[in-house]
Amino acid sequence: MVSILIEVRFHGRGGQGVVTAADILAVAGFKDGYYTLSFPTFGAEKRGTPVASFLRLSDKPIVSRDEIYYPDYVVVMDPTVIGPVKVEAGLKAEGRLIANYPKGSEDLKREMGWDFEVYTINATKMAMEHLGRPITNTAMVGAFVGATNVIKLESLLETIEEWFTNKELAEKNLKLVKEAYEYMRKVCGW
Amino acid sequence: MRKVVRGFYSIAYSVKLCRPNVIAAYPITPQTEIVENLASMYANGELGECEYVTAESEFGAASILVGASAAGARTFTATCSQGLILMSEVLINAAGMRLPIVLVNTNRALSAPLSIWNDHQDSMILRDAGLMQIHVESNQEAHDMVPVAFKVAENHKVMLPFMINMDGYKLTHAYEPIDLLDQETIDEFLPSYDPPVYMTTKNPLTFGSYAPPQYYAEFRVVMQNAMDRARKELENAYKEWAEITGRDWGGHVVAENVEDAELVAIAMGSLTGMVRDVVSELRTQGKKVGLLKIRTLRPFPIEEVRKALKNAEKILVFERAVSFGHEGPVGMEVKSACFGLTPEFYSFAVGLGGRDIPREEIVKIIGNVYEGKVEQGFHFGTVKPFEEVIV
Repeated sequence: MVSILIEVRFHGRGGQGVVTAADILAVAGFKDGYYTLSFPTFGAEKRGTPVASFLRLSDKPIVSRDEIYYPDYVVVMDPTVIGPVKVEAGLKAEGRLIANYPKGSEDLKREMGWDFEVYTINATKMAMEHLGRPITNTAMVGAFVGATNVIKLESLLETIEEWFTNKELAEKNLKLVKEAYEYMRKVCGW
Repeated sequence: MRKVVRGFYSIAYSVKLCRPNVIAAYPITPQTEIVENLASMYANGELGECEYVTAESEFGAASILVGASAAGARTFTATCSQGLILMSEVLINAAGMRLPIVLVNTNRALSAPLSIWNDHQDSMILRDAGLMQIHVESNQEAHDMVPVAFKVAENHKVMLPFMINMDGYKLTHAYEPIDLLDQETIDEFLPSYDPPVYMTTKNPLTFGSYAPPQYYAEFRVVMQNAMDRARKELENAYKEWAEITGRDWGGHVVAENVEDAELVAIAMGSLTGMVRDVVSELRTQGKKVGLLKIRTLRPFPIEEVRKALKNAEKILVFERAVSFGHEGPVGMEVKSACFGLTPEFYSFAVGLGGRDIPREEIVKIIGNVYEGKVEQGFHFGTVKPFEEVIV
C-alpha cells in the first residue's frame, strides 16, 4: 500500500496572503478526501517581509509538524523574493516551482540557472485587474491547482466561496482563481 | 462534524460547548485568536449566560476568574509565556484556594531574549504551582481535553485549577481536520458546575486567608491529597471520554513498543507524532525502539512511567525546556520515576524558542543514542557554533 504525501511550500511577502494560501488549499484538499495540515512560519507579522507557509496533503493522518525541507511543489507569490530567499531549496528533482513572475518560465529558468520544471504567471497583474490590489494568493492557489491537478478546481472554488464572507469579494476572487487556473492549464499544455 | 479549522478555533469551540459562566482574558500571541474567537461568540450571543471580561493584564484576568470561581462560576482563560508568568502569582493562589479554573496555555518561550516562539519553558516554571497540567499532541486532542479539564477540575475530590498545554504556532496556527463535538455529547459528559463551597453577598466567605504556622501545613497536605486523588479521577475521565466519543487518547501516558525496547524515546506535545513515526520506521528496520508519550505532567504518573520504562536499557527524553543549573525538567521527572532502575539516560533540549525540529534531527538523535555514539546525560539539540562574550 503506497501512501500519498504531497508537500508544498509557499513563499512571498507579508500582506500577500501567503499563510492564507496554504490554509485555503488545506480546506480544499480536505474536500477532496485528503488529510491536510497547513501552518506558517512566524515572526514576520509585518507587511513586506519575506514569509513562508507550508501544506501537507496525505491519505493518512498527518503527524509530522516540522517545516517542509524537501517540497514536491514550491509556490512563489512575489517575484522579488526569488534570489534574496532561496525559494527552490530542497525542491525534489521531479518537483515543480510555480511562480508569480512577469516574464516566461524559460526567462526565469535562465536568469536563475534552474534546470527543474518552472511555470510562471503574472499574478500581480491579474490580481490588480480583478481586485485592484496586488494580493496574489488567490491567483496563485488557482495557478497551483492548474499546474498540479492535486486538488479539484470545484473543491477550490467551493472553498473560496466559503472563505470570503463578503459576497462581492468572493465573486471577484472566484473569477481571479478561474482565470489563473485556465492560464496555467494552457502553460502546462494540459 | 469533521471540518478543517485552525487550532485556536478548535479550543474556542470546545470552550463554548462547556457552557462557561465567566471568561476573562488578555490577548498575547500565539494565544490571541482563542480569546478573539470567544469574544466574537460572546458578541454574537452564542455563549448563553456567560460574561466575557476584557482584563487590563493577565494578572487582572486571573484575578477576575478567582473572584468568579469563588462565587461558583465555571471559568476559563487562555494565555502563554510572559502572560502566564504574570498570571502565576494569582494561579498559585487559585490552587491554594482550590478554585477549578481551566486555562489553555499555548506554550511559548520566555524572555530574555524576547521570543514569541514555541517551547515549554513557560508551563515548566509552573510545575510546582498546584495546577493539574497536561500536554496535547494535536488540535483534536486539545479540543477533546477541554471538557475533560472542566470535569476533573470541578470534581469534588479534586477542586484544583487545570492547565492544558498546547504548542504555540505548531498547533495553534495550524489548519487541520477536526471532529468538532456537539452540544449533546458535552452535556452528557460534563454536568453543570456544582461548587461544594461558594460565596454570595448573603453568604460572604474568605478564600485564601491568613494561615499562621499552626494552620498552613495542613492546607498544603490537602492540596497534595487532592493531586493524588486527581490521578484516578483524571484517568477515569480519560476513559469515559474514550467511551463516549470513541476517541481514545490513552491514559496518563501512552507506551508503544516498549516491552522489548532497548531504547525508549520520550516526548510530550506536538513533537510526539513525529517521534512516533520515526520510532515505527526504526522498528521496521528491526531496531528495538519504543515510544513513551507523557500526557499528564501533574499529577505526575510515576507508576505508569516506571512501568513503561522497566525493561528499557536506554531512556531518551526530548526536552522542550531547561532547568538551568541542572538539566531538562521532563528528564528529572522521568528519572525520579525510575529510582532503583539502572537504565542509561540521555536527554536533548530541542526546538528552544521555536527552532524547527526537522525529522532528520530526531532520526539522528535516536540513531546516535541507539548506537551508543553519545555520552549519557543532558545535551542541547542543534546549535550553531558561537563564541561566548561573558566568560
